[in-house]
This record gives sequence, structure tokens and C-alpha cells, in this order.
Amino acid sequence: MNLQQQYNALETIVVKEIRRFMRIWIQTLLPPAITVALYFVIFGTLIGSRIGEMGGFSYMEYIVPGLIMMSVITNAYSNVVSSFFSTKFQRSVEEMLVSPLPNYIVIWGFVLGGIARGLAVGFIVTLLALFFTHLQVHNLLVTVTIVLLTATLFSLGGFINAMYAGSFDDISIVPTFVLTPLTYLGGVFYSISLLPPFWEGVSRLNPIVYMVNGFRYGILGVSDISLGVAYGMIILFVVIMYAWAHWLLKKGIGIRS
Amino acid sequence: MTTALSVRDLRKTYGTGFEALKGISFDVQEGDFMALLGPNGAGKSTTIGIISSLVNKTSGSVSVFGHDVEREYTAAKMHLGIVPQEFNFNQFEKVGDILRTQAGYFGIDRKTANARAEKYLKLLNLWDKRDERSRMLSGGMKRRLMIARALVHEPKLLILDEPTAGVDIELRRSMWEFLKQINQQGTTIILTTHYLEEAEQLCRSIAIIDHGRIIEQNSMKKFLAKLDRETFVLDLGVDLQAAPEIPGVALKMVDSHTLELEISKQESLNQAFAALSERNIPVVSMRNKANRLEELFVALVEKKN
Repeated sequence: MNLQQQYNALETIVVKEIRRFMRIWIQTLLPPAITVALYFVIFGTLIGSRIGEMGGFSYMEYIVPGLIMMSVITNAYSNVVSSFFSTKFQRSVEEMLVSPLPNYIVIWGFVLGGIARGLAVGFIVTLLALFFTHLQVHNLLVTVTIVLLTATLFSLGGFINAMYAGSFDDISIVPTFVLTPLTYLGGVFYSISLLPPFWEGVSRLNPIVYMVNGFRYGILGVSDISLGVAYGMIILFVVIMYAWAHWLLKKGIGIRS
Repeated sequence: MTTALSVRDLRKTYGTGFEALKGISFDVQEGDFMALLGPNGAGKSTTIGIISSLVNKTSGSVSVFGHDVEREYTAAKMHLGIVPQEFNFNQFEKVGDILRTQAGYFGIDRKTANARAEKYLKLLNLWDKRDERSRMLSGGMKRRLMIARALVHEPKLLILDEPTAGVDIELRRSMWEFLKQINQQGTTIILTTHYLEEAEQLCRSIAIIDHGRIIEQNSMKKFLAKLDRETFVLDLGVDLQAAPEIPGVALKMVDSHTLELEISKQESLNQAFAALSERNIPVVSMRNKANRLEELFVALVEKKN
């Protein structure tokens, strides 16, 4: 396929993915908005007023970047895992397998779809946050690049999960038992500097810590982690996950007999 | 003449240890209409799966119009259209979108994809269903949708895996006409089917696969010439209690006014009719009991087993 044909193919997958989550917006865009609004009300307004300041900001201001990032992470992941597994379940993945689509176009098509949903939900959550607190952007470039890299990373995670998944149970195990605990323990609701040194060290093994802190730096200008380390870790994870996804697709694991 | 499909020493052993293909080789020439036949589990779908990249081969090679399906997969797949046995499209997508998306996977731009979708949906009488979700279509419409989808990138080789399974006779015949038409326009076709009458009517060549091996490959004409006996069903003008005995002719009662007559191709039917006439048994009408290909196919597969 020449470059123009590859662009046409990529555009086809991305448009299909965006059309899918927009068609079922009641399942894809509305629930995260309601969930995060509840977080704002309960943790930000009701409990947060008793917590006081964190990192020099009100508790509500402090958790907003983490909650936006949590929404981006879960939605980028769940968009790709559910969409790609659905193509396996309905066997429409065969439409791609019989075509001359290069593997990287398939991966990037789904990843861009995941990024689109992550950003759409992140935008909705940001708008909601404005009802509860004043929001500043300390560094727009850092904010945008961190959110894009994070959405890319978790879209790749969703893709890998879907490749291995053999049933609908398999696509809920990782979000429930891995993603949610890592997100909650990733410094969304607190600064990891508040933890005892041992648990702070353990927290640094959690990749989500780097994303939440990188994004928090972009919005508020404060972070528990140095920005260079945050970028380095996120890019390293993206490279590893991409290589893994590409290998799975090349081998046809879970999609070819 | 160009070779449309070349399969060489193709082997497939599944993870369970089951050896589905034991080294099959065959060629299909450009413009041919070939039947790939075999009993259930013979290896037909595995062969098609490997050709279309849905199944990983164990060894051997496959090339489409000279392009290896693994090393030159882009060129090979551009020439190949697949109509699978099972419905494999997104049940929630609209009919038109399914075709446009498939065109996009082949790198076709949106404007051309729209035009192609319109062309093939119209040809397969699905144009008025273009905005319906595919799950709302009838079984026959879904089969036609898969044919339209396989043609949207205008492949030179079309492989259909039991395209008329579960389709009513009227629709089946209209699909036959359509396939004949695109074959005449130059598309090479490989067809697997359990309706042997279909293969006999449509195909010019035949390959029979059984237990993972090719046990026959021939032109349809030469293959059918191997049949030395034929069975006819005679509808009688009178009721009989028992089948009459006529020397050299095997007669069997089906019911009181129907007889089955089996006769060698070298024998004349006149003798049988004269004998029936002498016994005052009028024959109202006559037809072939089964199609000839079915008889040969059953005999061949039983012999090999």
C-alpha cells in the first residue's frame, strides 16, 4: 500500500471508532461524567473542605488534574479493549485480516480511537470541574503532551488485553483488578510525599504516578516526580506496550488459528 | 495462461495435534470457475483460511497471481476477495458502512468507496437496505452482503465458502447467475459447496479434498465422463404392487406409482421402455434421480475411505 492508501485505511479505522463511541454515548460519554461529578461533590466539596490544603492548593484544585487523568486512562483503555474484543467476538476482525492493512495501521487506528474517546471524556470532565473550582493551566505543552502520551499508553494496554481476551470476563479483569487499584493508588487523591518512605518507594513502581504527576505539573505547576523522569517513564512504557501489541498482531495471537 | 492461485505442499497441524492438511498442491488458472469439494472436516475451510490469512499454515506456500500471501501480502490480498461460510460482519453497523469500511481497509478513498458500495449493493439488490443495521437483514440478504463486501475492492480472484448455504432456491439461482456473470467478465472463482448440483452447473473444473489430501483434480467434463451408470426416476400412469422384472435393468419401487431405474451408460433406455410398454405400464414422466456429480463424489470418497 502506498502512503495515500495507508492514510485512507487509517482514516477508515479512526472514523469507525469515533462513530462507534459517539453512537453509544449513553454508555461511553455519560457514565464517566456522572462518576466524576460525584467525586467532585463528595471528595472535593464535602470531604475536601475538611482536608484543607495539599501542595499549596485547595483539595478540590489538587484532585482535579488526577480525576481528569483517571477519566482519560479508563476511557482510552476501555474504548480499545471493548471495541477490538467486539471485532473478535463478532468475527469482523476477519475483515481486517483479509485486507492488506499493515499491522501498525491497525494498532494506530484503534489507538487513535482510544485517544479520541479519552480526550472527549477528559474535555467533558474538565468542563464539569469548572462548575466546582477555578482551573488554571500552568504549562499547556506539558498538559497536552502528557495527556496524549497517557491516552496512547492505555489505548495500547486495551489493545493488548483485547488480543489475549477470550471472553467478556477477560476484558473486565484487568480494569477491575489492575487498572482501578493502580489509578486509586497513583496519587489521584493524595500526594505520594505524604506516604511513609517505604510506601512512597513502592508507589514509584506504579506507572500511573508518573502520568498523574506529570499532568498535575501541567495544570498546577506542582509534582511529586521530576518532569523528565515522568516523560521518560511514560515514553518507555509506550515503546514497550507498542512493541508487545505489534508482536501479538504479527503472531496473530488470539485472532488466527 | 496466468495462474490465479498456486498452492504448494500446504500442511496444517492444529495445536491439538490434528493434521488438517497433509501436503496439498493445486493450481487454479485465471478465468476458471473451480469447485473445491469435500466432506465436512476434509480441510476445505482450513485451505481457504490459509489462503486468506485467517489461519497460520504449518508449512508450504500459497501465491495469488504470483504474489506469495506472506512475503508479498499487500499485492496478494489486493487480488483476493473472500466470502466466508459464517457471517463475520459487525451486526450493529449499517449495510452501506460495512462496504465503505471494507473498501477503506484496502486503501480506497472515501469518494471511490461510496461509488463502489452503491455499485455492488445495487448489483446484489441491497441498495434499498443501505441504511439498515446489518442484523436486521434476512439470511439471504446477509449472504449477498458478504458477496458485495468481498467485491468492493474488485478482486481478480473470488473465493466463496458455501455461499448458498441455507438460501432458498430462487435466491440461489439468482446468485448463480450473478457468479456466472462476474466469471464471464474475468473474475476467477473458487467455490466450495455441499450442493453438488450447484458445482456441476457452475464450475468448469473440480478439486476434491478428503482427510487433508487432494484425491481428485480434473476438468468437470472429464470428471463427469467417469460415471458409467445413471439412475432415473419414472412416474407411472398406473399403480403397481411390485417392481416388474426386466433383464439387464435394475428397477426398484419408490411408491406404488414411482419406479427407480438404474442403467449402464452403454445400454439403451429403449429396451427398458419397450419392456414396460409390453407390461402395460405407461411412463408419464422421467428425471435424473440425483445429479451425476453427487454420485461420483460419494463413490470416490467412499472408495478412498
